[in-house]
Amino acid sequence: MSTREEIFDRIATQIEPFNKKKVALSDGTSFAKDLEWDSLTVMDFVAAIEDEFDIIITMNMQAEIETVGQLADAVAKLEG
Amino acid sequence: MTDLLSKFDAVIAERQALLDTGVRDPFGIVMTEVLSPTEAIIKGKKTILLGTYNYMGMTFDPDVIAAGKKALDDYGSGTTGSRVLNGTYQGHKECEDALKEFYGVDHAIVFSTGYQANLGMISTLAGKGDYIILDADSHASIYDGCWLGNAEVVRFRHNSVEDLDKRLGRLPPEPGKLVVLEGVYSMFGDIAPLPEMVAVAKKHGCMILCDEAHGMGFFGPNGRGVYEELGCEKDIDFVVGTFSKSVGTVGGFCVSNHPKFEVLRLMCRPYVFTASLPPSVVATAATSIRKLMHAKDKRDHLWKNSRRLHQGLRDLGFTLGTETAQSAIIAVMLPDMETTVRMWQALLELGLYVNTARPPATPAGTFLLRCSLCAEHTDDQVDEILGMFATAGRAVGCIG
Repeated sequence: MSTREEIFDRIATQIEPFNKKKVALSDGTSFAKDLEWDSLTVMDFVAAIEDEFDIIITMNMQAEIETVGQLADAVAKLEG
Repeated sequence: MTDLLSKFDAVIAERQALLDTGVRDPFGIVMTEVLSPTEAIIKGKKTILLGTYNYMGMTFDPDVIAAGKKALDDYGSGTTGSRVLNGTYQGHKECEDALKEFYGVDHAIVFSTGYQANLGMISTLAGKGDYIILDADSHASIYDGCWLGNAEVVRFRHNSVEDLDKRLGRLPPEPGKLVVLEGVYSMFGDIAPLPEMVAVAKKHGCMILCDEAHGMGFFGPNGRGVYEELGCEKDIDFVVGTFSKSVGTVGGFCVSNHPKFEVLRLMCRPYVFTASLPPSVVATAATSIRKLMHAKDKRDHLWKNSRRLHQGLRDLGFTLGTETAQSAIIAVMLPDMETTVRMWQALLELGLYVNTARPPATPAGTFLLRCSLCAEHTDDQVDEILGMFATAGRAVGCIG
């Protein structure tokens, strides 16, 4: 099982190709407000995260995830 | 007080900016007269219709119209009631019988629209604790069916058998699972690799619903859809369809051989809590469906039209959504909204109506002019259409 820090770093690597404005990432970084992703980008990114961690993030769960920190917590839970 | 509509300010501003450039409103077309399945009068101009989904051209069929008029006389203008209360007339049963015969199945349920058919079937089949697995490019009615229910929703990459397999493999084995597929995807007009997808879904113990809205009428030996053409009839549990495309009226349906299917009439909220279709509508639908069983010549001509338009547009230098004509939808890909609207307007002024489509309705941020052919388009009309695309494309600078 990965540590929270390792998960965050792996998420950050997956964010990179979609981070057009090179926004600095923290737990509080919002996908919609800071990274300014539209629904299509979110869809591609979620698929990438699912494959990276070999998990499923249902659309029901996605609705609750707004920030990078919340995603890291969700991934930690799903991996565990 | 917070104005609840202020969240749409950005959309209002974007739309105004577009209209301020002097273009016509692509979402404000009014047809003042409709001459046939392929021609209408728009702003006083006779216009060829190439964006109606009226694939089989049944809207002006004399038998269809006669059946509608008779039902209007015999049964009145509307039922004013739910299918499960006072809203089931002889015509509704006859329409369901026509569907059963057309599809060669035991059960058929008619809904008031195709949208409601997906809402009702998907939200009712998959309940709390079950999973719905859907293609990322699914139609809005499929997504909305997911939101209306309580199931867990999982998406896979468009038409990717491998991605579907991978995602199904990550799900727990016990819960019920519904895989939702479409025969034809309506934005690019591409078809699904159904045999491979069905095999993967069955391997993981899923039930399968296939939406054949854009496939009914001209795919497969009996016109049932892509799933018939590709030989998946035994493996698809539920087929959803619509009357608003090849059938030429409005309404939706689901057909199935499942022995417990009829219970859904009591459980589907979008079936129970709405008025049933007017008698004239089910009469036109039933007549049209019966005629579609014997429409080989029309099917052949529709395919000929689709292939000719696809090849012709390619030859002119347009970029299209598919390599070959996979369905009767041909999507012309354009770089941005402005070019799309300019091209759309140039075509309209020459006398051709097509659909515009833009994100988020389209996949991958693409801008499209979406053309859908009709079996009633003549060879001459296809020539005219290509001529108008050539003129407009050169005027706007999309092609050389």
